[in-house]
Amino acid sequence: MVDVPYDAIADAPPAEVPEVELYHPKSWWTQYVFSQDAKVIAIQYSLTATAIGLVALVLSWMMRLQLGFPGTFSFIDANQYLQFITMHGMIMVIYLLTALFLGGFGNYLIPLMVGARDMVFPYVNMLSYWVYLLAVVVLASTFFVPGGPTGAGWTLYPPQAILSGTPGQDWGIVLMLASLILFIIGFTMGGLNYVVTVLQARTRGMTLMRLPLTVWGIFTATVMALLAFPALFVASVMMLFDRLLGTSFFMPALIEMGQQMKYGGGSPILFQHLFWFFGHPEVYIVALPAFGIVSDLISTHARKNIFGYRMMVWAIVGIGALSFVVWAHHMYVSGMHPHFGFFFATTTLIIAIPTAIKVYNWVLTLWRGDIHLTVPMLFALGFIITFVNGGLTGLFLGNVVVDVPLSDTMFVVAHFHMVMGVAPIMVVLGAIYHWYPKVTGRMLDDWMGKFHFWVTFLGAYLIFFPMHYLGLQGVPRRYHDLGEAAFITPNVHTLNAFITVVALIVGFAQMVFLFNLVWSLFKGKASGGNPWRATTLEWQTPETPPGHGNWGKELPVVYRWAYDYSVPGAAQDFIPQNQPRATPALQGAAP
Amino acid sequence: MSAIILFMAVIAVIAGWWLSQQRLMAKPWLEEGGIGDFPGTGAMTWPAAKIGLGVFLAVAGSLFALFTSAYSMRMNMVDWRAMPVPALLWFNTGVLVLSSVALQWAYVATRRDNMNGVIVGLCAGGASAVTFLVGQLLAWQQLRAAGYFVASNPANSFFYMITAAHGLHLMGGLVALGRTTAKVWRGAEMAQLRLSVELCTIYWHFLLLVWLVLLGLLTGWTDDFVDICRRLLS
Repeated sequence: MVDVPYDAIADAPPAEVPEVELYHPKSWWTQYVFSQDAKVIAIQYSLTATAIGLVALVLSWMMRLQLGFPGTFSFIDANQYLQFITMHGMIMVIYLLTALFLGGFGNYLIPLMVGARDMVFPYVNMLSYWVYLLAVVVLASTFFVPGGPTGAGWTLYPPQAILSGTPGQDWGIVLMLASLILFIIGFTMGGLNYVVTVLQARTRGMTLMRLPLTVWGIFTATVMALLAFPALFVASVMMLFDRLLGTSFFMPALIEMGQQMKYGGGSPILFQHLFWFFGHPEVYIVALPAFGIVSDLISTHARKNIFGYRMMVWAIVGIGALSFVVWAHHMYVSGMHPHFGFFFATTTLIIAIPTAIKVYNWVLTLWRGDIHLTVPMLFALGFIITFVNGGLTGLFLGNVVVDVPLSDTMFVVAHFHMVMGVAPIMVVLGAIYHWYPKVTGRMLDDWMGKFHFWVTFLGAYLIFFPMHYLGLQGVPRRYHDLGEAAFITPNVHTLNAFITVVALIVGFAQMVFLFNLVWSLFKGKASGGNPWRATTLEWQTPETPPGHGNWGKELPVVYRWAYDYSVPGAAQDFIPQNQPRATPALQGAAP
Repeated sequence: MSAIILFMAVIAVIAGWWLSQQRLMAKPWLEEGGIGDFPGTGAMTWPAAKIGLGVFLAVAGSLFALFTSAYSMRMNMVDWRAMPVPALLWFNTGVLVLSSVALQWAYVATRRDNMNGVIVGLCAGGASAVTFLVGQLLAWQQLRAAGYFVASNPANSFFYMITAAHGLHLMGGLVALGRTTAKVWRGAEMAQLRLSVELCTIYWHFLLLVWLVLLGLLTGWTDDFVDICRRLLS
C-alpha cells in the first residue's frame, strides 16, 4: 500500500457509511470450505467452473471425433452425439463462462477494486456458491441417470425437448431444468452482492467515474443477468410443469408413435420468446465483463491511459440496455411477422455502434503505447482480433435475408464460437495470467504461457475459420452424420478431419495451462505486490495474497481515476489510485 | 411480451435517472485529488440491506412481469377457457391488505418508539399472512373439487403456477418476519429493529401490489389493458 502522509488522510471527510464489522472465521472449515470471504468464494467458483468446463471440453472432442471421422468410433451413436452437443453448449455458456466471469472474477475483483473489505452480504454470498455447486452436481448427475442427459440442444426447444424421440426424455430434461432453476437462485444471491457492493461499499473518493472498467463491465452484466435470468427461470418452471404435470404451456397437440398425446394447444414459440429474452442478454452478460477486463489489461500492459474512458462507460451501459430489445433475431425462421423481423434486425445492427466504439478505443489505446507483449497482453490482443472477426459475421446473421439461408448451418456455429466462445475465453485466460500473481503471490511461467497462447490462438482460427466455409456450403449443424447429400463435397470431409485434429491439439494445449497453474503455485517466481506496476486498488493491498479484510487497519482513499499511466512529469510511469495529489513524487510501489 | 417490456422500461427510467445524478459527463482524467470535491457521487448512504431489497424487488418484479407476459400470450390460443374465480380469493385479498396494513402499523410504531405497537403489528401481519396462505390452499382445494385440475386447461395451469409463485415469495417473507419477531422476543433495542421492520413492510407492500395485478389478470379485469398493449406493439 502507498505510504500516504497523515495530512492527506486528515483532509478527507469521514466516511458517510460506517464500516461494518467483518465476519471472522473460527475454524479451518469456515475459513476454507464454508468461507464467507469473497476471495475464497471466488476461487471456489473458479475451480468448480473450470472442472465442469473440462467436462465440456472433453465433450467437444467427442463431437469432433465423430464429425472428423464418422463411423470410426462405435461408442458415439446419434443419441450420444445430441447429448454431447447439448451438455457442451449449456455448460460452456452458463456453468463455465457466466459463473467464472461473475462468480469468479466478480467475487475476487469487485471488493478489491472498489476498496471494500468484502462483499456486503457475505453469508448470502457463501450460500450462492453452494447452491451453484449443487446446480453443477445435479447437471453432472444426468450423465449417470437412466437415459442419460438430455439431447434437446442447449436451447431446449419444446416440443422435441420432452418427447420420447429425444434422448434424456426421462430424467435428463427434468434434472437439466432443475439444475437451471438452482443455478438462477444461486446466481441471484451472488448477483445481489455484486450490485450492492458496487453501489454501497465503494471506498471514499471512488466515484462511479473512477471505477476501473472491469468493475463497470461486471456490474452492468450482473444487473442484466438479474433481470434476464428470470426469463429462463419462468421458461424452465413452465416446461417442468409440461413435462411432469402434463400441462400444455408450450406443447401443441401431437401424435407420438401413433398415439394422440395428452397435450394440446400450447405454443412452442412462447418458449422461444422467453428463452431468447434471457438468451440474448446472456451473450452480453458474458461479453461485458470481458470488455471491461480487456480494457484494463490493454491499458496496463501498453502503459497508456484508456482512450475515451467516458465513451467506454456509456458504451457498456448502452449495450446493456440495447441487448434487451434484440432477442427475436434468434427467431427469424420461426415465421414471425416481417415487420418484427425488420425491427429486430434494426436494433441488432444498432448494437454494432457502441461495440465498434469500444473496439476503436482499444485500438487507439494501443496506438503509440509502450506495448509490452506479456502473456496477458497477447491474450487481450487475441481477443480484439477474434471479437472483430466474430462481430463481422454477426452483421451477416443480423440481417433477415442473409440469416434465413444460413440458419442452422455451421456458419452460425463458427460465428458464435468466435464471438462468445473463443473471444471471452481469451479474456478469461489473459485475466488469469494477469491476476494469478495477486491471488497466489507467484508469477505463472512465461514460456508455458506463450506456448499456450500461440497454440490456442492459431488453433482457434484453424478450427473456426474453415467452419464459416462449411456453413456457406450448406453443411448443417447438430447432424451426427452428414450422409451422402449432393452438396456435401469430399472437401467437406477433409476439412472436418482437419478441424478435428487441430481441436485435439488445442485441447491438449489447455493441459499445459493447467499444469502451469499447479506448477507455478509451488515453483513460480515470487511476484511481489504489484508485478505489472498497475494503478488499480487491488495491486495496492498491504499483503499479497490479500489478507482477510483486504486492507489492514485503514481502508484506502482514492484520489484519481484508474488509468494514470505514463503521466508527463510523474516520477514513475504509473500513479496508483490511492496516491494523493499533494505528494506527486511519492514512490508508490507496493511491498 | 408487452408486460416485461413495460417493466424493463420502468427499470430503465429509474436506472437512467440514477445514472444522471452520477456525473457521467465528468472527465475523470482531469479530476485528480480532492475526495470531498464531488458531493453525492460517493457510495450510497442507505443501509446495504435496503438497497439489496430494492434490487431483489426488481428481480422478483421481472419474474412476475414475465409470468404476466407468458399469460397474456398464451391466453390468445384457441383452447383457452377462462376459469371461474373462487369467491374465497376476495376474502384472501382482504386478508393480505390487512397484513400489509398491520406491518405498516408496526413500521410507524418503530418510528414512534412504541414497542407494544411493533409487537401487535408484527404478530397481526404474520397471522394474516399465514391466513392468506391457508386461504390460497383452500381456494386450490375448491377448484380441484369443482374439476378444475392443473392440466385440464392452460388457464388453470397458469392459476396454480402463478399463485404458487406468489405464495412462495410470501413464505420467504414470513421467514424474514419470523426472524424480526424473534429479535423482539429476545428484547432487541428499537434502533436494531427499525430497519428489519421497515424492510418487511416494503416487501409486504410489494407482494400486495403484485397480488393485485395478478388478481386483475386472473379475473380478466385487465384483459382490455392487455389487448391495448398488444395492439400497440403489433
